[in-house]
Amino acid sequence: MNSYQSGFEKWLFYFFCACILLFLILPVFVIIPISFSAEKFLQFPPKEFSLQWYEEFFNKPVWISATLLSFKIAILTMIFATFLGTLASLSLVRGKFKSKKIVYGALLSPLIMPFIIVAVSLYYFFAKINMIGSMWSLVLAHTVLALPFVVINVTASLQGLDITFERAAISLGANRLVTFIKVTFPLIRPGVISGALFAFITSFDEVVIAIFLSGSRSVTLPKQMWDGIRIAINPTISSVASLLIVFSILLLVSVEILRRHSAKKMIS
Amino acid sequence: MGHSSEPTQFGWTFSLPSIALLGVVFVYPITLFLSKCFFDPTPTLEHLIHLFESPIFFKVLWITFKISFIVTIISLLIGYPIAYLLSSVSESARSLLMILVLIPFWTSLLVRTYAWMVILGRKGILNKAIMALGLSDSPIKLLHTAFAVDVGMVQMMTPFMVLAIFSVMKGIDRRLLSAAASLGANKYQAFFRVFLPLSLPGIGAGTLLVFIYSLGFFITPALLGGRKEVMISMLIEEQVSTLLNWGFASALALMLLVATLVFFFIYSKFFQIERT
Repeated sequence: MNSYQSGFEKWLFYFFCACILLFLILPVFVIIPISFSAEKFLQFPPKEFSLQWYEEFFNKPVWISATLLSFKIAILTMIFATFLGTLASLSLVRGKFKSKKIVYGALLSPLIMPFIIVAVSLYYFFAKINMIGSMWSLVLAHTVLALPFVVINVTASLQGLDITFERAAISLGANRLVTFIKVTFPLIRPGVISGALFAFITSFDEVVIAIFLSGSRSVTLPKQMWDGIRIAINPTISSVASLLIVFSILLLVSVEILRRHSAKKMIS
Repeated sequence: MGHSSEPTQFGWTFSLPSIALLGVVFVYPITLFLSKCFFDPTPTLEHLIHLFESPIFFKVLWITFKISFIVTIISLLIGYPIAYLLSSVSESARSLLMILVLIPFWTSLLVRTYAWMVILGRKGILNKAIMALGLSDSPIKLLHTAFAVDVGMVQMMTPFMVLAIFSVMKGIDRRLLSAAASLGANKYQAFFRVFLPLSLPGIGAGTLLVFIYSLGFFITPALLGGRKEVMISMLIEEQVSTLLNWGFASALALMLLVATLVFFFIYSKFFQIERT
């Protein structure tokens, strides 16, 4: 197909693309070598290697408690958002009601709302009911932000699912709950799991809302990092950042494997 | 409508819990906060008048639009070739390249911004390289400048641009290019008169999406920018957390929301909402 492109121009184009891709992933891969630096200040490339910043991270209770709290909030957010979002998706794809488009739009609306507006509004709202610094205020806020991702993934899976499977189950005597558990859910599972992983990472990485709602009692990992970066660059952050990069890549790879797996299933 | 007895059908009630949550934790708090610029506590237009009389507002609005515009244009210029590459390579090469585009997309924004601080700092990699190459004797101030904000935000936004354009490009029938060639077009004519026009919906969607996201950006400009690169979201944060000026913050937020909605309206008028 590209045979009519001359060799030189083709390589020039590839070179240009390689530079852009390098630009896109460079920041991600600069952090990892730096985190093993033995010096007191961050240097690239590090002259000597050590695990000092990792030791610092694992030995400081503030970092560990922030990490555990972030996992807790992200897991709760994932459970709530996946449950609510899957229910909503069922009614959006399989339901028949007039305001469907409005409901769909409303559920996706957190995607376009600037985070700072959500954060400041929730700060005002939760301060009124004395919930600043409560873990639950963060779980609720993150669930709202994560819902769109679950709805997008699950509605897409449901739309690709042939309704005759469910009709067949019901005509064979299964009730609606059994049909859902035994037929519908296994078939949309890749979409539900992708949505759940999206929900998890949305909460786990979220900073802006955490800055306002954390207070002093519920400091999440991103909030702790934000404080560490804003006040003075704390080198410990390089180890946290590296761990987060590895973690994100693992999640990304799982989502991609799921996507390919479900794509293959659709074809067969 | 009539077949409500369809056994596989789920009613609107299944959406109810989500809608209720959205109402309580999203719609209500935002309405409450935005109404602060009209009621304080009695009806007033004082905050809006104050906003339009304040020179800071217009300055910050101008900076916000300028940065968003620059970031959108650069992401388009570098995102388009990547989308083109993705849509023209083999399936297996595409999966690999897609991972490269998605890695930054999945990595925390804060982590990436931190990486840029390390790269652009006084003793950062870029300054080291500049000095090693003999381009300058002393470190150049790169961090806390407009340059840093632009570079950082472009890196954050380009994956969105690539995905939006790619989703349109993968649907373009490549045989049209061969057809153009067989009719005597050279490869530039084939690209500019056939392929580029067909990819315009992707360009439009990506551009508006990136622009909308850039308008409300907070973390990256707050950490990479200096005192001159104050974007509207940073002004809102400052008004709330240090000055406790809720009325003014609310008026600013209203302006940001109006700007976002105007561009989103254009987006939804021309492009159907993307499914990622």
